[in-house]
Amino acid sequence: MQRDLSDRIYGGVVGAIAAASVLLLLAPTLVVLIISLTSGMTLKFPPPSWSARWYVELFRSPELLTPALTSLQVALWTTLFSALLGSAAALALARNRSRSARLLDALFMSPMVLPAMAFSLSLLLVFNVIGIRLSFATLVLGHTIVCVPFVIRMVGAAVQQLDPVLVTCSLSLGASRWYTFRRITLPLIRRGIVAGGLVAFLSSFDNVPVSLFLADARTEVLPIKLWAILEGSLDVRVAAVSGVIVVLTLIGLVCAETLGGLSRSFGKSSS
Amino acid sequence: MSTPRPTGKLAPALPLALVFLAAFVLPLVALVAISLFRTPAFAELSPAQYLRFLGDPFSLRVLADTVMLGLEVALCALVLAYPLALVYVASGPLIRTGLIFLILLPLLTSTVVRTFAWIVILGRDGIVNSAMLSLGLWDSPARLLYSWGGLVLALTQIQLPLMALPLINSLLRLDGNLARAAEGLGAGRVRVFVTVILPLTLPGAIAGLLLVFAAAATAFITQTLIGGGRIILMPSYIYQQSMGVQDWPFAAALSLIFTAAVIGIVAAIGALSRRLTRGLDAA
Repeated sequence: MQRDLSDRIYGGVVGAIAAASVLLLLAPTLVVLIISLTSGMTLKFPPPSWSARWYVELFRSPELLTPALTSLQVALWTTLFSALLGSAAALALARNRSRSARLLDALFMSPMVLPAMAFSLSLLLVFNVIGIRLSFATLVLGHTIVCVPFVIRMVGAAVQQLDPVLVTCSLSLGASRWYTFRRITLPLIRRGIVAGGLVAFLSSFDNVPVSLFLADARTEVLPIKLWAILEGSLDVRVAAVSGVIVVLTLIGLVCAETLGGLSRSFGKSSS
Repeated sequence: MSTPRPTGKLAPALPLALVFLAAFVLPLVALVAISLFRTPAFAELSPAQYLRFLGDPFSLRVLADTVMLGLEVALCALVLAYPLALVYVASGPLIRTGLIFLILLPLLTSTVVRTFAWIVILGRDGIVNSAMLSLGLWDSPARLLYSWGGLVLALTQIQLPLMALPLINSLLRLDGNLARAAEGLGAGRVRVFVTVILPLTLPGAIAGLLLVFAAAATAFITQTLIGGGRIILMPSYIYQQSMGVQDWPFAAALSLIFTAAVIGIVAAIGALSRRLTRGLDAA
């Protein structure tokens, strides 16, 4: 039975690689959580013994807390602007087949293809030429450009699933455009806005290339601070910061899943 | 009620369009203009920066290495993600939810954090080295960090979700009857995969390849931290020429060449896939 044998080998190979992938997906998260609880001064694995000392140490490290707070603020403003501008754009573009709508959609999506470094450098050069000083605002502007595509994709997917008949019905029954938007459209695309907003927030919080070029000397964001630390020495406090980020991301993921079915909108928007 | 004119319908997109015009289109035009200056002091228009790039073996190698890195990582991710996606579609709802969480968590976790994990895994006192030493398989710790192989491995893991999601998507859309019919007609599972599943999920695979390629080629953080100072790739080269040396015209030219290379390869793979799938429709 040659076919039987080849079927079994196929099944074995697929299963083994899939298992390796699962391990590979899981390992870094576990490694971060384990090493963050080390009692030692180095990143030696496995940890000599367990301790929460590096988490305690974080509270005494303003040089890490300040960038974390800055990153949080940048990400919140970026999410707000991305959600407002992006949702409006998605509502206008998602069902529009006209040439100008397709063109605008392609323009709004292009930050995803364009290397972020090239875009950030270009914006920095324009600021230099015009004479705009770098500030918190320039940073948020740069972040918004690279984060807004996520909102447009996910809200766009939600708009496309929305049955246009519902809107037509509401309007023909005498409801105003604003009332229809508030009571029909908005609740139905809420899931997309939540998911898109979350991804925009996380990618702003995580962003390095834009912050590298567009932050002024006083505005230091967390990922760049961590990068600078890791470039120099291997400070175990980075492990504790990473542990906090992993746990917060996990909480955010669970919240988004229960609030808006993140995995579903992800599955639909990533095609 | 008359149907609104199409331009009126576009109105909600206008605020974002204005922001993009000022902070995206205009800067890119400026980037092209600045790349055409001959000196860092913006004197004399000429294609000197591009000629400098083309005549410099170091710069050319940096670009070639970066493209190679992107392609290697994309292929490794494809090999790992296909079985994962096949297991996903064959599983029940509970395992599916678990797998999606497993895929989404690293995707949403900060890149610096994921890169940091790989420093712990690959470092001198890291997991791989201490495991190999205590098992007696290696005599001395190997240099895994700051190596090309380590970089490819770390980037493959970090970008794996970008490959898995589109693949799962296109496997879910595949009509299961086709595979069952082929099996019923006597094809083995390998043959079903090669002749039915693979061609029909090619668009998903291509989408994943493009995403992973672009992400891996531009991954500044992972490239600098795992690759170390000796492996120089386009993103850190651009950073060094702009923020370090402050040679703005050359940095601008480098960014544009890099952008053109990334978009060119993305377009080439896209065109290839359209040709392949068109042949499929005709058959």
